Order: sequence, then structure tokens, then C-alpha cells
Amino acid sequence: MLGCPQVPVQTSIALYLIHRLKQAGITPVVAGNRSAVTLLVVADPKREYLGEALDLDRAIDQIIEHKRDFDLCFVFIHNDSGVSYAATMGAISKARLYAVVYGEHYDQIVASIEFPCQTIAAKAVHNPMPLKKMLDEVAPWAA
Amino acid sequence: MGCVEELPYEVLLRASSFKECREYIKGHFRESINVTPGFKIFDTHIIGVPPISVGLDGDFVIFPYTKPCHGTFLLRVENRAEAERLRTRK
Repeated sequence: MLGCPQVPVQTSIALYLIHRLKQAGITPVVAGNRSAVTLLVVADPKREYLGEALDLDRAIDQIIEHKRDFDLCFVFIHNDSGVSYAATMGAISKARLYAVVYGEHYDQIVASIEFPCQTIAAKAVHNPMPLKKMLDEVAPWAA
Repeated sequence: MGCVEELPYEVLLRASSFKECREYIKGHFRESINVTPGFKIFDTHIIGVPPISVGLDGDFVIFPYTKPCHGTFLLRVENRAEAERLRTRK
């Protein structure tokens, strides 16, 4: 579940996570607003990595209406809205919830998360490596 | 969630946090209810960190509306039927 694509690392880490999940035999579904999804579509024109991609609000509607649900959910967070979306997923979905937190003020965002989830966080804005490192340490695809 | 944008709403808080919206409702409206994320208001599933406060002021409904890029907006919409429906949830 992608947030606002304002912070550059989101698209890079999303593609990396999709790759690792697919390698582990897990089928990823991406939900995001039009800009966030279009960044992925343009970066992956042959859809080597990206599979199904949904509008964010449509995905939430489908989960609430019990039309579908997921085993794992990764919510990309770099602002207050991301925390709201993650809390919503925690309330409506049975998925194991991961909060992937990044950006300049990632520590303040982590401190504001008061609901059950596993946090994967790093100060990453332009350089995705700190967040990739944290993701590799947690290795949620192997859980 | 496009239908909220078609409502005749007034913006009380713009690009705020979920906590600011919750505190504004508690501080400015005597009547409020708490709902869980995904609760429907005006046919829209509400996004937020529970408990999500919704204010009621006569025929007005005051509720948070979250956008990924712009934070949470606190909206006020006049609608007697929706206000009464929410009151019956108390």
C-alpha cells in the first residue's frame, strides 16, 4: 500500500519488495493513488515485477466489504496520512501488518504509531539503501 | 471516495494530522461519537487512527477525510438524515 510518491525512495523500495516477495512465491498486489501506481508502471513497462495494481480507495473498499483480503500488508509511510492508512488496514484486514517508514522525519512518524504492527524504518529520502538494509534484516518474505 | 468531494462541504482544518482533527472535535463540539476505521459516512469509508471522532452539531456532521498527499482535512457538511443516522449509533 503506497503513500504519496513525494519521497523518491518509495518507488524503488516498492519494486525491490515486489521482487523479493515474488522470489519467495508470494503474489504482490499494489494499491496506491494514480501517481504512485503510474511511477511503477512507467519504471516497469514490461511488468517484469509489477503485477496487479489497484486504486488505493478501491482496495480499501474491497477489504471493508469483505470482497478480498491479504496475508501480508506493507504500508509505505512518510507522513501522517500514511499512519492513518496503516491504522485503517490494522482495523479492517486480517493481514500481518508492516509499517515501512522512511523520509526525513521517520523517527517522529515511528513514535506516532500506537497500534500493533511490525515497523521497518530508516532515514531514507533519496538514497534507498538504508531502508533496503532494514527490509533485508527483517526479511518479511521469509516469515 | 470521490463522493465526499461532491458534497457541499466546509473545510474546518486543512492538511492537519489525525490527532489535530480529534482534538478539534473534542474542543469545539459538545456532541461527538467515536467510530472505527472503515465506518461509512456519506457513503465513504473513513480512514484514520482509532478512535476516530465525528462531531455532530445540529444538522451538521463534522468528520475527518484523509488524502495520501495532503494529510487529513476536517470537513463540515449539513445533512439532517446523516446526522440523525449517526446519533442513533450512540
